[in-house]
Amino acid sequence: MLPPISVAQLFKSFGRTRALDGLDLTVATGEVHGFLGPNGAGKTTTIRILLGLLHADAGEARVLGSDPWDEAVALHRRLAYVPGDVSLWPNLTGGEVIDLIAGLRGGLDRGRRDELLGRFDLDPTKKGRAYSKGNRQKVALVAGLASDAELLVLDEPTAGLDPLMEAIFKDCIREAKAQGRTVLLSSHILAEVEELCDRVSIIRLGRTVESGTLAELRHLTRTTIEAETAQPPAGLADLPGIHNLEAKDGRVRFDVDAGRIDGVVRHLAGLGVRALTSHPPTLEQLLLRHYGEAPATETESGSES
Amino acid sequence: MSSFAGTARLIRFILRRDRLRIPVWVLAIALSVLGSVASFAATYPTAADRQVRADVMDSATARLFTGPGYGIDDYTYGAMTANEMLPFTAVAVGLMSIFLVVRHTRAEEESGRAELVRAGAVGRHAVTAATLIVVGGAHLLLCALLTIGLPASLDGLSTGGSLAFAAALAGVGVVFAGVAALTAQLTVSARAAVGIASVVLGVAYLVRAAGDIGGSSLSWVSPFGWSTEIRAYVDERWWPLLLSASATALLAAGALAITGRRDVGAGLIADRPGPAGASRTLRSPFGLALRLQRSSLMWWSVSLFLLGLVYGGIAEEAGELYEDLDALQDYLARIGAAAATDQYLALTLFISAMIAVGYAIQSALRLRTEESALRADPILASPVGRWRWAGSHLAVALGGSVVLLLAVGAGTGVTRAIAAEDAGQLPRLIGAALAYAPALWVFAGLAAALFGLVPRAVGVAWAAFGVLAFVGMMGPLLQLPDWIYDLSPLEHVPRLPVAELSVGPELALTAMAGALTAVGMFAFRRRDIAG
Repeated sequence: MLPPISVAQLFKSFGRTRALDGLDLTVATGEVHGFLGPNGAGKTTTIRILLGLLHADAGEARVLGSDPWDEAVALHRRLAYVPGDVSLWPNLTGGEVIDLIAGLRGGLDRGRRDELLGRFDLDPTKKGRAYSKGNRQKVALVAGLASDAELLVLDEPTAGLDPLMEAIFKDCIREAKAQGRTVLLSSHILAEVEELCDRVSIIRLGRTVESGTLAELRHLTRTTIEAETAQPPAGLADLPGIHNLEAKDGRVRFDVDAGRIDGVVRHLAGLGVRALTSHPPTLEQLLLRHYGEAPATETESGSES
Repeated sequence: MSSFAGTARLIRFILRRDRLRIPVWVLAIALSVLGSVASFAATYPTAADRQVRADVMDSATARLFTGPGYGIDDYTYGAMTANEMLPFTAVAVGLMSIFLVVRHTRAEEESGRAELVRAGAVGRHAVTAATLIVVGGAHLLLCALLTIGLPASLDGLSTGGSLAFAAALAGVGVVFAGVAALTAQLTVSARAAVGIASVVLGVAYLVRAAGDIGGSSLSWVSPFGWSTEIRAYVDERWWPLLLSASATALLAAGALAITGRRDVGAGLIADRPGPAGASRTLRSPFGLALRLQRSSLMWWSVSLFLLGLVYGGIAEEAGELYEDLDALQDYLARIGAAAATDQYLALTLFISAMIAVGYAIQSALRLRTEESALRADPILASPVGRWRWAGSHLAVALGGSVVLLLAVGAGTGVTRAIAAEDAGQLPRLIGAALAYAPALWVFAGLAAALFGLVPRAVGVAWAAFGVLAFVGMMGPLLQLPDWIYDLSPLEHVPRLPVAELSVGPELALTAMAGALTAVGMFAFRRRDIAG
């Protein structure tokens, strides 16, 4: 059986701006997949191609086994979409919009809808123009989550939500996963992805730069070690795999390549360790490694906001 | 006065945003006045011709359009301009004020953009003040253009009279700028602010008309009355302008007082809560399209019905004018010989259909509005195909066009049937109006084709409408060749009730509308959705 989402070598340009430049993405059944990248990396463009709203210039995209452009309608019965930038009809109430969107898909679960309204603390009788950005986001979330779609496509769904609502959102995603649904979650909020996702694809300038479980990605990176030693940390700088060494008042701090940790720890032990902390790289550091070196180029593709 | 801080900068900002919009409004109004006045000389070359016209204008129903009838005894071109151009043009000037003021006040707040502005070093009153200054400036510009442009060489026109005429228009304009500034404070919705201000405008117009028809002082309650009471070109007096100025000052002060007290984004009238769930009818793309467009369709229908009532009511008197005027014989010959009243009704139905074209285009282009606002995405990301979504809105456009023609035909038919004491006029005129449906469909189809093929250039549909209106109004004056008329779908509709209904042109127009719509739908299915 094909994975719910499989994308290979996807290209898309808007005029002279190249939004997607050979993007690859595979999402397996039942997983929560983080789709990570900075603004303008091509996340929204990819998602809109997966929904059949845009036509890819080249490359292959399959969603639930079908072509998203040709089979859009049949496909949309089986997936739910929550846009990142939610725009509501000014004179329709939130409740009307939820019923409309979920009703068009079919399979609106009334009980689930009302339960979600309660959990997200959303008043469904307000008109679209009266909602704040966070509340507009909630309308789209309730409409998406109230359905029994097997695939959830969420484009930066927590922008505008407060921390309390974000926690509720995370619960909902865990429940969806427990029900066996597949989730594609685009985000630039690293903590969210770290907490929720089984696997992550990181994209930059329209191209996938990393893809795998968080453990797999961490293995590519360095570990940060901070230590307080009895003797001055002589010779540390000469060890292979050490980066960004800082030493001050008997304390050292450095990054070390994953394969070199053993040798470094042995060396530290000889110096008389008084305190030691080490931590795996955060996704911030993963991203920094990919984007930190050339931040200026990120502004080139402005197709995504 | 820190509450006005930033006003000068906001004025430049508004001018930058409206660098095209304001000149287009001002020029369109100025040119249609100048063009119409210029056509008077061609249509009524002699004093006798003008006096025939004056007799028609002296009737009660005509006062609905004109005013108290100053100068009717010596109907110079000046008196003609003041009587026949002033009230109508004043409506256009008032609408210009309403649209521009709400656009820069309430619409900005509703979109949330106002918060960006108000978070800067901008006083509470600055936005309203800057808007009123710019709109006031637009009226001054129009005033100057008309004063310079109206030909003093025509019998009865003078520079002083033209200034009075133009000032009368500006008076109405600034009063309704004040009205709109006030209604913009009331609701959180820009549409509602425009709606309420437009209703005030409509009521003010009818109050003036009622006063003038009954010969009472009721007209003095209305800003439109103040403009006709200036008696431009006849017996000018300037003090009614003081009434306009005082009313404007009061309205503006009221609006500023409210902006000084209320929250940004809030209105005096709170938004009422709506239903917590969708009714059964809303749960389909067509239900949604109908819901989104129903209030617009209702207002268009009511307006055209009322217009029809007026046309039907004055048909008999107006028709008599036709027979007495040499200049109109060419026109009459073109549409065929018939009873004068029918000649007139054929013309008013044609004009009504031309107005309804505006609806057909606006309604079809709702597709583009929805797409640009990113509101097409959630529908198209559900199991609704592009044909179904686009088809729903186009169905409203095509069906709504028929409803409008029905409304104008019914309005015309009702008053005509009463005047002629012949109930048969009602179905006859409804049928005559409906003959224009295929022509309206062609315009909706044109809008659909543009939407599918060149979504960024859907404005071309409005340009086509503008050219059509211009040719319709100015064509006879400019003696345009026949092929230019032939470009307009409306010209191919048999002029009922004078002409016989012929199936050929109707079928051809319907086929053309179908082809354009199909092109638009196919192209739309193949293109990217904006976002």
